[in-house]
Amino acid sequence: MGESHATDARLSKPLLEVEDLRVSFPSRNGPVEAVRGVSFTLGRERLGIVGESGSGKSQTGRAIMGLTPPHARITARRLAFAGTDLMQLSARERRSFRGERIAMILQDPKYSLNPVMTIGQQITETLRAHSNVTRAVARDRALDMLEAVQIRDPARIFGLYPHEVSGGMGQRAMIAMMLIADPELLIADEPTSALDVTVQLQVLAILDRLVSERGMGLIFISHDLRLVSSFCDRVLVMYRGRIVEEVAANRLNDATHPYTRGLINCLPKIGEDRHPLPVLDRRPEWAE
Amino acid sequence: MTDALAVNNLTIYFEDFAAVDDVSFNVSAGSSFGLVGESGSGKSTVLRAIVGLAPSSGGEILLDGKPLATPRSKAFYRHVQMVFQDPYGSLHPRQTVDRTLAEPLAIHGIGDGERRIARALDEVGLGKGFRFRYPHQLSGGQRQRVAIARALLLEPKVLLLDEPTSALDASVQAEVLNLLEQLRRERQLTYVLVSHDLAVVTHMCERLLVMQKGQAVEELSAQALAARQIGTAYTRDLMAASTGFKRE
Repeated sequence: MGESHATDARLSKPLLEVEDLRVSFPSRNGPVEAVRGVSFTLGRERLGIVGESGSGKSQTGRAIMGLTPPHARITARRLAFAGTDLMQLSARERRSFRGERIAMILQDPKYSLNPVMTIGQQITETLRAHSNVTRAVARDRALDMLEAVQIRDPARIFGLYPHEVSGGMGQRAMIAMMLIADPELLIADEPTSALDVTVQLQVLAILDRLVSERGMGLIFISHDLRLVSSFCDRVLVMYRGRIVEEVAANRLNDATHPYTRGLINCLPKIGEDRHPLPVLDRRPEWAE
Repeated sequence: MTDALAVNNLTIYFEDFAAVDDVSFNVSAGSSFGLVGESGSGKSTVLRAIVGLAPSSGGEILLDGKPLATPRSKAFYRHVQMVFQDPYGSLHPRQTVDRTLAEPLAIHGIGDGERRIARALDEVGLGKGFRFRYPHQLSGGQRQRVAIARALLLEPKVLLLDEPTSALDASVQAEVLNLLEQLRRERQLTYVLVSHDLAVVTHMCERLLVMQKGQAVEELSAQALAARQIGTAYTRDLMAASTGFKRE
């Protein structure tokens, strides 16, 4: 009884609270706001953030991770992870969160893996940075993790450099690297956009299984509304730095905001004969 | 009637690697033909071979029933033009739109540039205001429109489109696809469209060829695909993948 109570409390307390998050970049014509007052809370669930380029979806993820470039200005009424106010932390304290409790998967393994370190070194580096384990233990755990992301011959892949593996393999290695420290929150920024469609689904299935097995919170950032809605529990739709609509992923067809509807309608669909395709009629009031 | 374009048993080797292995297809005049496949399937290499950017090691390519000379003649490029995937990479960063568009006219010694450039810009939905801009002053969709305008300046009959919208946002993709369809109708163009996106190909093309690892897997009509009349497991996999993620 007591135990189930504790679980309930853990489930009901949000993992992440974001309130009025703003990120702005200085420019010659005054500051440009990339994120303009984003608010949401996240539990141990799969949340999708969808938008087109320039909508601020990636900057939202980066701000949570603490990877906003130093020249940008970031403000928030509240940005809290598991009750800790991230805005108040020193750079050093922030670093202890990054990788260990909050992890991030980036788009293209070709650019986001270190080209001069073997995959094994990169995975064990995460572990050794955050916990006091011996080299041998780190190696064993990395091999287990590679197996968990369904890499058939972990010992061989462990010693390879990123350029020696395919994109799908590289992205699995990146997932292994991010999950080995057992983070509570995973931010995936276009994790499969650089991959072929069939590989994309394999990688998503691995991600899906690990996230649900480990009870992590997931923020899935993507431009692909259809993919996100098939993967997540709910979806935030962003337009020019703001959230214009939140929809339950399985109720996407009930979306009401004209931008969301426009995004759904402008995609060609197999078996539908719509010529010309409807295009988005962007309204200035959407950005207000 | 002879086909606008026929590719017969095309084979392309890069050293020992067969990038394209015995691929054949025919495109009738005024139709739109799609090449679908994942990366490394050889779909783009087929297009590059047609325009002479990749060496063919075997087979033949016929344009209006006539075999092509290597290197391709100037007349060939007035007949066939290509639009590339990445509008960020295919426009010269230090040339204005005007200079980019003047280039093909200069190469082919065509006069009346002033009027032709203005008309080409107009046709792709860019006004006069864009004429003296640099590529970095344009959005991705506008750049792709410039690339299409450049291809159309020579009034070609066949347009080869290599992933023309995969670098663009969904809403911009719809605009560019609509533009391409409208141009095809108005000018009776023949298209060969390469894409990894089955939905885009079935939207744009009447027939399509599915490729995998350099080989032709299956040729079928867009209608057959939509009706799930699919003959091979690979095409079925591609089709399943295009509907999104399914939890088991």
